[in-house]
Amino acid sequence: MSYLLNTEQDKKEMLARIGVRSVEDLFADIPAEVRLRRPLKIPAAMDELELTRLVEGLAAANQSAGEKVCFLGGGSYDHFIPAVVDTVAGRGEFYTAYTPYQAEASQGSLQAFFEFQTMVCQLAGMDVSNASLYEAGSGLAEAVLMAMSVTGRDGKILVAETVHPEYRKTLETCLANLPPKVETLPTPLGKLSVDALAGKLDDTVCCLVVQHPNFFGSLEEVEKLTQQVQASGALMILVYDPISLGLLKNPGSYGVDIALAEGQCLGNPMNYGGPYLGLLSCKQAFVRKMPGRLVGETLDRNGKRCWVLTMQTREQHIRREKATSNICTNQGLMALRASAYMAALGPAGLKETAEHCYQKAHYAADLLTRVAGVSLAFNAPFFKEFTLELPCCPRRLLEALLDDGFLGGLPLARWYPAMGKRLLVTVTEKRSRGEIDGFAAAFASAVQSAKAAAPSYSTTCK
Amino acid sequence: MEKTQSTGLLFEISHKGRRCHRLSPIDVPAKPVSSTLDKSYLASSTPPWPEVGEVDLVRHYVNLSTKNMSIDSNFYPLGSCTMKYNPKRHERLASLGGLANLHPLQEEKTCQGMLEILWEMQEFLGEIAGLDGVSLQPAAGAQGELTSLLVAAAYFRSRGEKRTKVLIPDSAHGTNPASAAIAGFDTVSIKSNSRGRVDLDDLASKVDGQTAVFMITNPNTLGLFDEQIVKITQLIHQAGGLVYLDGANMNAILGMTRPGDFGVDMMHYNVHKTFTGPHGGGGPGAGPIAVRAPLIPFLPSPIVKKEKDTFTLDYDRPQSIGRVHSFLGNMGILLRGYLYIRTLGPDGLKQVTENAVLNANYLLSLIYGAFDVPHGNRCMHEFVASARNLRRDKKISAMDIAKRLLDYGYHAPTVYFPLVVPEALMMEPTETESKETLENFAATLLKIKEESPELLQQAPHSLGISRPDEVRAAREPILRWKSN
Repeated sequence: MSYLLNTEQDKKEMLARIGVRSVEDLFADIPAEVRLRRPLKIPAAMDELELTRLVEGLAAANQSAGEKVCFLGGGSYDHFIPAVVDTVAGRGEFYTAYTPYQAEASQGSLQAFFEFQTMVCQLAGMDVSNASLYEAGSGLAEAVLMAMSVTGRDGKILVAETVHPEYRKTLETCLANLPPKVETLPTPLGKLSVDALAGKLDDTVCCLVVQHPNFFGSLEEVEKLTQQVQASGALMILVYDPISLGLLKNPGSYGVDIALAEGQCLGNPMNYGGPYLGLLSCKQAFVRKMPGRLVGETLDRNGKRCWVLTMQTREQHIRREKATSNICTNQGLMALRASAYMAALGPAGLKETAEHCYQKAHYAADLLTRVAGVSLAFNAPFFKEFTLELPCCPRRLLEALLDDGFLGGLPLARWYPAMGKRLLVTVTEKRSRGEIDGFAAAFASAVQSAKAAAPSYSTTCK
Repeated sequence: MEKTQSTGLLFEISHKGRRCHRLSPIDVPAKPVSSTLDKSYLASSTPPWPEVGEVDLVRHYVNLSTKNMSIDSNFYPLGSCTMKYNPKRHERLASLGGLANLHPLQEEKTCQGMLEILWEMQEFLGEIAGLDGVSLQPAAGAQGELTSLLVAAAYFRSRGEKRTKVLIPDSAHGTNPASAAIAGFDTVSIKSNSRGRVDLDDLASKVDGQTAVFMITNPNTLGLFDEQIVKITQLIHQAGGLVYLDGANMNAILGMTRPGDFGVDMMHYNVHKTFTGPHGGGGPGAGPIAVRAPLIPFLPSPIVKKEKDTFTLDYDRPQSIGRVHSFLGNMGILLRGYLYIRTLGPDGLKQVTENAVLNANYLLSLIYGAFDVPHGNRCMHEFVASARNLRRDKKISAMDIAKRLLDYGYHAPTVYFPLVVPEALMMEPTETESKETLENFAATLLKIKEESPELLQQAPHSLGISRPDEVRAAREPILRWKSN
């Protein structure tokens, strides 16, 4: 078998030393009546060549963003990944190490995570960051648990309907058996209205969650919302897009309490949904309420600077049921990739990438809304994603676009049943003018034929 | 050879004006951002990230990497973590564009190959567990625990039963009680007996009609298979409760016995341990769960379904708890687990377990007598030694031994866990190590034991740094670099 080293002779000598006759004797504690007396029903072993053929075949059965031109977003993005990110993450010393419990033998990972925490703080404009969470959805649940602990309020959690629907679902699921009620605030105009919020705030409200740019791509009125929420004694949790901060004001400059982001866009492949990483940063005052791993700087016995996992008394292996979270790892390798990506871009590269996204998205929106019957669904500024109102059913349109080589956008009806004719389109820096022009042309003819093929389809589409 | 040139902090090697990645000018007609976006939205400056060239960046990280111990470079007998070799074929195959470049919200018909892998993985994990339904969504073992407890709560709610308690042995991982608290349960600790197993009398006295779930790790964190397991699961079931298995130690029973067969109703896997996902310096993992049929309706959505030869994602599950992770879970790690199971097949998986247990017992036999091992001279895939006598007689602690091992090029065992053994040294060699490696490691342990206490208390001596001041780190936390 592939990865075992013990020969029959080795085994014989080992068993003799142990003092048993057979390997079977070592399993004597497993009661006979629960032993499995047949082979597991899984396929037979394969060599590396067979495995490679199998998996190459399965990979070829997919139509990935490598072959199709990708205009999908909604929390997972087709941004370019510089080769140096793969080089860094491909070092076996990084990716085959475990959690840096033994600091002296893990200074590489620890320093890299300390740099990660610093760059996340610099990006978000916040005081402190942890060493990453699983991803943004469960990260939001962690951020809300933290807000409950900080405020001591467990009445209501307010969440704008424009926050990613899967993050909201994850939050509701994880809090299902805890006291607070999660209340979703409607956003009929595609962003949260400051006036609508006013009537919802009282001293039982723990926090407000807003995403900016939001799930529809629109920018929210973060400053006013933040002031209003904080005036009521609740915390403001802002979900941001890291790439957007090459252009847009960061969460810290709005004075938000907890900033959360999906970090996949920072040098991690889309990987069909994971592994990703959650970026969580906050104000200094809340640091002892933070979930997850934290790396801190200290000195060794000779006064030399070094790094350790720190403030572990918050954590489950010490505090057990009283811990700030049940989390016991970060997403180390993803955090390393994000660090290498942030360092590879630098300030100028981030600004450039954000500008490319912004300009290309606006160019694409211009072209797509020239098609008769197509308009922007919301009258709000956007960054790299925007929502289109279509004159036809998005499903039919997307089929045609796929045939022309495009992953054409996300139909919003999946999460918002009343939005039967709305499509979320995302444009990253990777899209060239040629790809956008080609997409717009294919889109125009697909809209025409969808309208022609099913003029009455508009009623059944919803 | 000291490698300190490039390992200052990135911020310290930053040089204004240096660049690594850059983009050509924008190729679409562009209007100035300030003319289309109100300036109240716009940042006045960019984040003060380091400015480094490509070679700076590569040297920085390559040199940093050499300050780590890793499976690729060192024997890593870290108990409870199953640090087995990570096959290189997995990395090559997982990076194939047709898999890595899939967007999670693509139409199902455009990712049939990936869905086939995931559907098969659900089947494999169900078969290995002896359970009926699987959710791939949880990102790690702790998230698998939380998910299972949320499933259990929803199950009892659907039956109109109000059960408030989760029972947890005192030798359990800290994640167990932490997960139970978030899932809204009160926790009750169950004692271990002198043989390191569940104290049946204590369990019997605490299980009642309020008991929702008993969480057990079997083999437990002492590396012992609790042979009372059938009695234990019967006791819980008679009271109407469910039995949860913390699957951290599945490497010890693959193909030998199945949790479902010994009475477990729900469990998580640590795919990164048992099925060898690279640990990545602390993640990513994958913590899929398997459950008995009556619990399937409550699993998170979606579940991968097969209809004829087509694979779909089933979201139409009205009793589902919802979701615990955005998108589908840590697909990249599940994919590596799939590759491992396909490589090994049924016989290979069983041999993994046989050799993991053989290696652990061999290592135990080499140090037994020289070191105090409170729970006997047999174990499953790991065992826990204690330095309590050394501490008493020579003032050598488990930590001192751990640190000294680093000097000899071995990663330390897990120390001070489980909490039920004082001065614990928890060792799990895994099946991918050779007899010689185990012999050399044991010889080193025996040698260390004879070294002077002063030498050990000051260890490590050869790693670039000596022991960090952890109290200082926690008391006045410095969690980020700041410019002076």
